[in-house]
Amino acid sequence: MSLFSIFNIAGSGMAAQSLRLNTVASNLANADSVASTPEAAYRSREPLFSAVQKQVGLGNQSADQGVRVLGVAESQAAIPSRYEPGNPLANGDGYVYSSNVNPVDELVNMISASRSYQNNVEVMNSTRQMLQKTLDLGK
Amino acid sequence: MIPDNLFGIHTQALEVWQRRSEVLANNLANADTPDFKARDVDFAKVLAAAGGSTSGSALALQTRSPGQIGSGGQTANALAYRVPTQPSMDGNTVDEQVEQAAFAANGVHYQASLSFITAQIRMLRTAITGGQG
Repeated sequence: MSLFSIFNIAGSGMAAQSLRLNTVASNLANADSVASTPEAAYRSREPLFSAVQKQVGLGNQSADQGVRVLGVAESQAAIPSRYEPGNPLANGDGYVYSSNVNPVDELVNMISASRSYQNNVEVMNSTRQMLQKTLDLGK
Repeated sequence: MIPDNLFGIHTQALEVWQRRSEVLANNLANADTPDFKARDVDFAKVLAAAGGSTSGSALALQTRSPGQIGSGGQTANALAYRVPTQPSMDGNTVDEQVEQAAFAANGVHYQASLSFITAQIRMLRTAITGGQG
């Protein structure tokens, strides 16, 4: 029955968006983290979304069944370095390497993720009402 | 006389509305998926595939063998890609507002079909009980 699979679809959307929100929180929390080497510096993370396709019927028709997270990618943007000899984490030359998190990007991501999450919640609520009405059929 | 297909087109319409809400929910779930193309069910095409026409003729079920349930609600072939109003850089064509509006309208259509079926049931119950029930 189609209406039940909507719960799965909207649920996958909510899971994906909450993971996105999770990476935003991690990025913002680590925006000011510093490290002694560029390799150890925190890199901004972002999830990769992909549509789930499922085989339906006899032919090679495919139906989309929600969204899934392929993985979490780290940003390849340059790691900024700062001259801070007083910092305990500074390397021999007195440099520390901070994260490449762009707080503006993260805030935009946060708003987008939260709106998309709300959309999925709305879909789930509407579906619940439709199912309830169907159960009340003939009363 | 009770007709063979008691609830007329509405049972098939329910299936189509359900399928459509599934497709729209999927569009909304993939609102941030790169290269995802939003899709929608073409209702007129589904209705034609169900063996009917919009002129109100009887709906004939197309079956492979006698006794097999027809494919009136099969809508996989009737899926069409939505033409984006605001194309985006990542190739995604989901417009959340459009999808949300379509989903809400779809829910109302679904409830309308349910109301028609309920009215038919009430009518039959009145006929059975003679208005006593």
